[in-house]
Amino acid sequence: MSKLKAPWQKMENDALLNSLQTSFPDAACAIGSDWPEIDIDGSDLLTLIQKLRYDEQWTFDYLFCETCVDWKTHFTMVYHLSSTKHRHSVVLKAKLDHDKPQIESLVGFYKTADMLEREVYDLMGIEFLNHPDLRRLLLTEDWVGYPLRKDYEDPINMIRL
Amino acid sequence: MLSIANILNSFDVWLNKLLNPTLVMLVEMALIAIFAIALFAVLGLVLVYLERKVSALIQIRKGPNRVGPFGIFQTTADTVKLIMKESFMPDSADKFLYKTAPFVVMITAMLLLAPLPFAEGVQIWNINIGVFFITAVSSLSVIGILMAGWASNNKYSLLGAMRSGAQIVSYELSAGMAILSIIVLTGSLNLQEIVLSQKDGWWIFKGHIPAIIAFVIYIIAVTAETNRAPFDLAEAESELTGGFHTEYAGMRFALFFLAEYINIFIVCAIGATLFLGGWMPFHIGNWQAFNHVMDFIPSSIWFFGKTFGLILLIMWFRWTFPRLRIDQLLNLEWKYLLPISMFNLLVMTLIAIKGWHF
Amino acid sequence: MHQEIKTTPSGDMVINVGPQHPSTHGVLHLLITLNGETIVNLDPNIGYIHRSIEKMCESLSYRQFIYTTSRMDYLSSHMNNHACALTVEKGLQIEVPERAEVIRVIISELTRLASHQLWWGSMAMDLGALSPFFYAFREREMITDIMEETCGARLTMNYVVPGGVMMDLHPDFQKKVKAFIVQFKSKIGEYHDLVTGNIIFQNRTKGIGMLSKEDAISYGVTGPAARGSGLSCDIRKLYPYATYQKLQFNEILETAGDSFARYMVRMREMEESVSIIEQLIDNIPEGEFQAKTKAVLKLPKGEFYTRIETARGELGVYLVSEGGTTPYRIKFRSPGFSNLSALNHMIKGHKMGDLVAVMGTLDLVIPDIDR
Repeated sequence: MSKLKAPWQKMENDALLNSLQTSFPDAACAIGSDWPEIDIDGSDLLTLIQKLRYDEQWTFDYLFCETCVDWKTHFTMVYHLSSTKHRHSVVLKAKLDHDKPQIESLVGFYKTADMLEREVYDLMGIEFLNHPDLRRLLLTEDWVGYPLRKDYEDPINMIRL
Repeated sequence: MLSIANILNSFDVWLNKLLNPTLVMLVEMALIAIFAIALFAVLGLVLVYLERKVSALIQIRKGPNRVGPFGIFQTTADTVKLIMKESFMPDSADKFLYKTAPFVVMITAMLLLAPLPFAEGVQIWNINIGVFFITAVSSLSVIGILMAGWASNNKYSLLGAMRSGAQIVSYELSAGMAILSIIVLTGSLNLQEIVLSQKDGWWIFKGHIPAIIAFVIYIIAVTAETNRAPFDLAEAESELTGGFHTEYAGMRFALFFLAEYINIFIVCAIGATLFLGGWMPFHIGNWQAFNHVMDFIPSSIWFFGKTFGLILLIMWFRWTFPRLRIDQLLNLEWKYLLPISMFNLLVMTLIAIKGWHF
Repeated sequence: MHQEIKTTPSGDMVINVGPQHPSTHGVLHLLITLNGETIVNLDPNIGYIHRSIEKMCESLSYRQFIYTTSRMDYLSSHMNNHACALTVEKGLQIEVPERAEVIRVIISELTRLASHQLWWGSMAMDLGALSPFFYAFREREMITDIMEETCGARLTMNYVVPGGVMMDLHPDFQKKVKAFIVQFKSKIGEYHDLVTGNIIFQNRTKGIGMLSKEDAISYGVTGPAARGSGLSCDIRKLYPYATYQKLQFNEILETAGDSFARYMVRMREMEESVSIIEQLIDNIPEGEFQAKTKAVLKLPKGEFYTRIETARGELGVYLVSEGGTTPYRIKFRSPGFSNLSALNHMIKGHKMGDLVAVMGTLDLVIPDIDR
């Protein structure tokens, strides 16, 4: 019998959601499918991360997933953060403009963001400001275009099923 | 009896009746040269096949078993393949050194065959500085390796050759000290006399503790000298390159490859002669009956048996231990083996003077 | 032959290791800056086996995309499939029958054992001891034979479907697994005698490739590589899934943070996996092996994240669904990707010969990194 959400998780999530809502009244916080979600605009990222990373009640020191979703009208950067001390997790979503997607890099806070952001830049074309070494990771240096975008066309290599 | 010495003697007498002495000497020299080359070819084939079978046994699989019964023609097939390969040479390689390097290594190996006593009375050259000759000539093989590394005009080959050279030169010291420990007991550098002095027991037993320590140091040192695992960093495939013989192909590579196996045979033969009695059967003091029984086994069988026993031991090492890093390798020699062997030599000298050996 | 050896302005040499190389276990290209024999900088150049699995999955149905993930980390392919199935089941709120869950866990632990055995053999081979490779494969063959009979394939066993497993167990399954456990327990002592206790091996791995606990968290290192530095991150213990909360097993932690500690973590994990299988193999519950699901699956609109513990570390599957029959966006958080990012930090200041030791203990599988 598979438990889809453990009871302790729900309690943790509620307490966490409360503390987040009180601290960040401007951001939209809600319980997503597993963890609390915070929706912000891309420009507010650094202030939020500064508090989430170093504040004693949260200490989200482990960035376990960083990715981007292309919603055709805008991009959303999704950060999954977890705390090795308190063992709670949170999802941070930052909305970005579709024509010129730019956001601050998190390399100063989490060293794992180095390669993760290079991958997002390579496949989605998001420009990370203040990244120490932003270049393509998986594709060749002279590749044109960003394949994971929904409007990517490649008549030779792509087969539409 | 029908011993090799008798056969060779009667052949020599017959030849003397036929031709004049100078011609006899020339004919015998030619025959010995042919014998040396033939011994090399056969030994090379046998040792490579033996290595493959021993490695298969340790790795729970069968070795070569398709080419010929039990795969005994496998090495012949490999040699034919290597001969038929194109022996190319890199354009910017130093032509003279590149072509000479394999021969230098082969010739030093062949020269070392001269003073070895294969059986009772069978020795190509009985000089009274046999051991000195051996240690001096074996040092010359370093030149061949450095020539190969330099002439290839490849930065990685040169690196490999220099590492190899450093390793060989360092371990020669310990090997030399170990050999000296036995010379102190025998008082002579003549290989025939050394074997004869073991008539009442091999030196490894008569010299007890210092001789055993010297033997262990000798085995470790010669494994390093012949670039065998666990000291084969210079030719390890999982590091940078294939070492000093990267740029060699075809027959030239085969010469390096064979020279390595012949070197193993030579150093094991020397070890068997100095520590384990050479062609002398296993005698215990003056137990006449036992000694007489042991004498029935021909001396050449004793010699080759001991040598191949040591060769099997060295092959066993290769498939058991991981590799040492270059700095750990040189560390082992200069900080551990050399002080121990020097101290061992002093102890042995003391024992020889006081007569505390058997 | 004109050789171009690049040099940096400070005079250090830049060399290439790979992509074709015997000890990188896959197509990994490393650009190493050397100062003499010491490594100054290491820059991985990946993407040689990038097959755009994430983009492909956007046009595959929910039943189909599970099988492309077998090819990601092919040594723990069953666990990858398990993660994807858990995500789909979370979205559709399917309850998996108990028999299926237990079968999934047994096959997962057998896969973990097979992966660790291959790791042990190839790490010893890279360091120069060529024989342990054959001994590791002797036991691994027994596991792959079990897989072949039960799941149909030896390496990429496509055995998991959303709702359970594809078919029921082979009748000889219990007997064969028990025979394997007996054989393995008698041989694990041999593994320790041959490699762990060897002083040459210890000298080549102790003190090499230090990774502190804070760095492990910051670099996102998970799995045995992080547990060797004392970081408790076993998903089976922290956020249990399937039947792991009912099982008794230990999380292996070592505090030294060097290559030898990571090596010992994996060796002890093998023994823990055997004890998990022993707890389950006699108590497989009767019942259905697959829950009833519709033929065409449609996940509701939303996002779903699953975390599981593969042989290499934490695998995360992030699925965004728009209500259709195919996923809108899938992201696989692969353990090898983050482990590789820590390699540069761990190898700075060591010699070229230590690179093999460190990469061996990180246990990288390149298709996992490139996806």
